[in-house]
Amino acid sequence: MKVLLGIGGSDRCWEALSQTVARANEAGDDLTVAVYEDDAVGESTATIADRVREEVDEAGLDADVRSVSGHPGGALVEIADGEGFDRLVVAGGSRSTLGKIQLGGVAEFVVLNSERR
Amino acid sequence: MTGERIYPEAVSGPFPDPPRTTTDGEGRSITIDVVDPSDRTLLLEMYREFNPEDRAQGIPPIDDHAIERWLDNVIEEDCYGVLARHDGDAVGHAMLVPDEQDAHELAIFVLGRYQSAGIGTMLVRTLLGHAQDIGLDRVWLTVERWNDAAIALYKKVGFEVCSSESFEMEMSIRLH
Repeated sequence: MKVLLGIGGSDRCWEALSQTVARANEAGDDLTVAVYEDDAVGESTATIADRVREEVDEAGLDADVRSVSGHPGGALVEIADGEGFDRLVVAGGSRSTLGKIQLGGVAEFVVLNSERR
Repeated sequence: MTGERIYPEAVSGPFPDPPRTTTDGEGRSITIDVVDPSDRTLLLEMYREFNPEDRAQGIPPIDDHAIERWLDNVIEEDCYGVLARHDGDAVGHAMLVPDEQDAHELAIFVLGRYQSAGIGTMLVRTLLGHAQDIGLDRVWLTVERWNDAAIALYKKVGFEVCSSESFEMEMSIRLH
């Protein structure tokens, strides 16, 4: 399966990476990681991309790691739809102490705007 | 969810204190009182009966064990809640759970056949009265943007919209 993972460097993003890498190893996914800048995190795409490459290498996986600029959600949807990806993975939301789901901005945009089934 | 949540400058209230007994829009006698640990079984029964379409942002959970885990989390010692009963059954529950900024998040659930009868408003007002007694000063909530009935209820009580940038609308109220 052709999988695109979007990552902005938050804790939840790193969780999503390790889960996606584990799955890719088991299922033989063809993994692409798109790195974007997240103001709430404040890390450059280069820094994030380095760590992604490190973790992917450690897992013995071969993945295409690239940086995207501009609106992260828009860039992810464009790549996913334009390059025929089967799955687009982004870190979902968190839950408040009370238990309500709080969806992140990138996840929200992707849910509303991805066209593939 | 970054940055400080905005609260209205004006203090809302006063609100009624629990316990209170009122008649709802359908002529049913409804008693509202503070949630006691012994109400756990009654609350579990109510949430097991809860209609999935009345869930909000992932709660209450559907699975039995998940309901228990979630309920235990929101009736802990540092949480506050009021329970609406009719004929001995739990028909509505409103709760306040502390966040990391010394404020409290509010949520409310009313069983399907008891909705649209004013019980939600009574529950929220009574819970805020209880909160005022305890000395809580800031309460917030999130509500789905399309949920006009809930938004109207919260506005009537005194909540103001503080953020509408995401899927959910955030509203807040000041009590002291």
